[in-house]
Amino acid sequence: MYAQMVKSEGMKSSEEMSPEDRAFQDRIDRGEKIEPKEWMPEGYRKTLIRQIGQHAHSEIVGQLPEGNWITRAPTLERKAILLAKVQDEAGHGLYLYSAAETLGVSRDELLEKLHSGAMKYSSIFNYPTLTWADMGAVGWLVDGAAIMNQVPLQRTSYGPYSRAMIRICKEESFHQRQGYAIMMKMAQGTPEQHEMAQDALNRFWFPALMMFGPSDKDSVHSAQSMAWKIKMNTNDELRQKFVDETVPQAEYLGLTVPDEMLKWNDERGHYDFAEPDWQEFFEVIKGNGPCNQERLEARRRAWDEGAWFRDGLTAYAGKAAARRAGASVAAE
Amino acid sequence: MSKKEWPLWEIFIRGQHGLNHRHVGSLHAPDAEMAVNNARDVYTRRKEGVSIWVVKSTDITASAPSAKGPLFDPAESKVYRHPTFFDIPDDVGHM
Amino acid sequence: MAAIAEITAAPDPVLADDGLKPALFDWLCRMGDNCLILGHRLSEWCGHGPALEEDIALANTALDLIGHTQMWLALAAEVEGKGRSADDLAFLRDAMKFRNAKLVELPSGDMAVTLMREFLFDAWHFEMLTGLTESASPRVAEIAAKALKEVSYHLERSSDLVVRLGDGSDESHRRMQDALNRLWPYAGELFTADKVDEAAAAAGIAPELAALRAAWDKTVGEVLGEATLTLPEIRFDVHQGGKQGRHTEHLGYILAEMQFLQRAYPGAEW
Repeated sequence: MYAQMVKSEGMKSSEEMSPEDRAFQDRIDRGEKIEPKEWMPEGYRKTLIRQIGQHAHSEIVGQLPEGNWITRAPTLERKAILLAKVQDEAGHGLYLYSAAETLGVSRDELLEKLHSGAMKYSSIFNYPTLTWADMGAVGWLVDGAAIMNQVPLQRTSYGPYSRAMIRICKEESFHQRQGYAIMMKMAQGTPEQHEMAQDALNRFWFPALMMFGPSDKDSVHSAQSMAWKIKMNTNDELRQKFVDETVPQAEYLGLTVPDEMLKWNDERGHYDFAEPDWQEFFEVIKGNGPCNQERLEARRRAWDEGAWFRDGLTAYAGKAAARRAGASVAAE
Repeated sequence: MSKKEWPLWEIFIRGQHGLNHRHVGSLHAPDAEMAVNNARDVYTRRKEGVSIWVVKSTDITASAPSAKGPLFDPAESKVYRHPTFFDIPDDVGHM
Repeated sequence: MAAIAEITAAPDPVLADDGLKPALFDWLCRMGDNCLILGHRLSEWCGHGPALEEDIALANTALDLIGHTQMWLALAAEVEGKGRSADDLAFLRDAMKFRNAKLVELPSGDMAVTLMREFLFDAWHFEMLTGLTESASPRVAEIAAKALKEVSYHLERSSDLVVRLGDGSDESHRRMQDALNRLWPYAGELFTADKVDEAAAAAGIAPELAALRAAWDKTVGEVLGEATLTLPEIRFDVHQGGKQGRHTEHLGYILAEMQFLQRAYPGAEW
């Protein structure tokens, strides 16, 4: 998921809840949306900032692995589609930062926390994109996994977050399809292309499963977030749904999911599958993934080297406002 | 890092001629003119609009959330303002 | 790419003139290659822009230019009549066959170089496309009319940013002036006509390049003046040759990157 292991504030028992807490929970249970200036528990606000902020960071760091191939896209059409998609991710980051800003934190503060490492982004973007088939695998698997989470989040309790997710889901509808379209071309192309496609699936399968985060069915943090409707499903539910939907898609491509334990379970009505290597996941989260350094450095460089640009425009806006004020005084 | 953050602007877009401007989201820009340009690039990438309004977020005055009941509840009792309040026999035809 | 660049295949007697074809092919490649290489340079910014809003705006301009590339190169390929496609022209020609001006292949550098280059090019592009809407070739006029709508906005945006950054902070002013000094000697190539440009003008397909100069000078003078920037006291047409296929060293690297997949896997479909 684009927001993984977001630490929620602890859950209060019904005796610990204040009358405000209880009234707030009642509103959420009735399906009401919470809007920016309305009363909300401090824990709700803080958890949302962490979650929406992490989600936003994932969008803009997520530009990098695919941005890596824009200048090498093999046809003019693929170049345009990929550029449009990566540009959409910048837009989605922007919408999400705006949603977070309604909770009393500024975008620059959030970016500072990303750059300092105080806030995280999704583990998936710390994996490299090595061949053109990775543009297919990222669209198909990574966007596919993200959609699993984002579609239900359109119904989340916080109004600005819900509206951002609705806009994002609408815009993202082409992202997974463009990825799958690339995979089809590659899997059904030359033997070399097929090999690239299989290799991309081999490398991205388990990192995609990790996107949902470790099992949280017993987590109190998750329970609180679910009660507040800022988390709509458990990690395991979403992961299962993803596997169930993706395996037939891989079969259609004639590709093999790199999991020897993968097997349809008639009794459960679901696929059984192997857990990803959670040790690897925690290393990536800690900053020791294959591309953590490069990703964060790229974001910091863009920000630092853009400072004169942002400040220059601010300086002009100040001068122009002063000139306008001067002109109106002179006219009086 | 730069401490002079660009201010936040609320963006309103008229989707088609004849419709109201609708709030679509927000963005950062150094001034109103650039906010309009940025809004064109950010919020009309899929040809969503024919006109853009921008308002500095801090310039918006909102009703107090606690006043929600007193402000809007009275209208609930005035059901006669809605056409469905009135039963007109089918024989009369469309009205 | 029917959906993105739909051009009606109306009969066009001008394009059917065999004697004109070699020059016309070159001329169409010049239009397409300028868009392709500048679009490529702008696309390098995606994910690395100085603010999210600017990241998105730069990508929009790059997308427009890639769209224009598809239209011009598709027409070039058709005029050539050898069964090549726009993609073949983009991905399988070597540097000496590329016909873009040197200005657009220079490295993007910082945002100052990126925006100043964009502005100098947009101001030319706008006048060129405006002239082309009157082309004797209906096909050329049709592409120009479509591109002009987008390029009008490109020019509006780049002019605005040049003014703002030129008249912004001390540092932004200095960077914009440095960028202008660096790029200025490359701008003149856009106005230097050779036999290809003369043939296109004589056939009524394109305006005379020299005739675009007055309007360009006016736009550039006004914007740079408002930006409090000074025109360098050097010739603006020092660096020539790009559109005849004699490029800077930079183009080779652009092509090595851009053409990698098509070159490494000949005949594959993507």
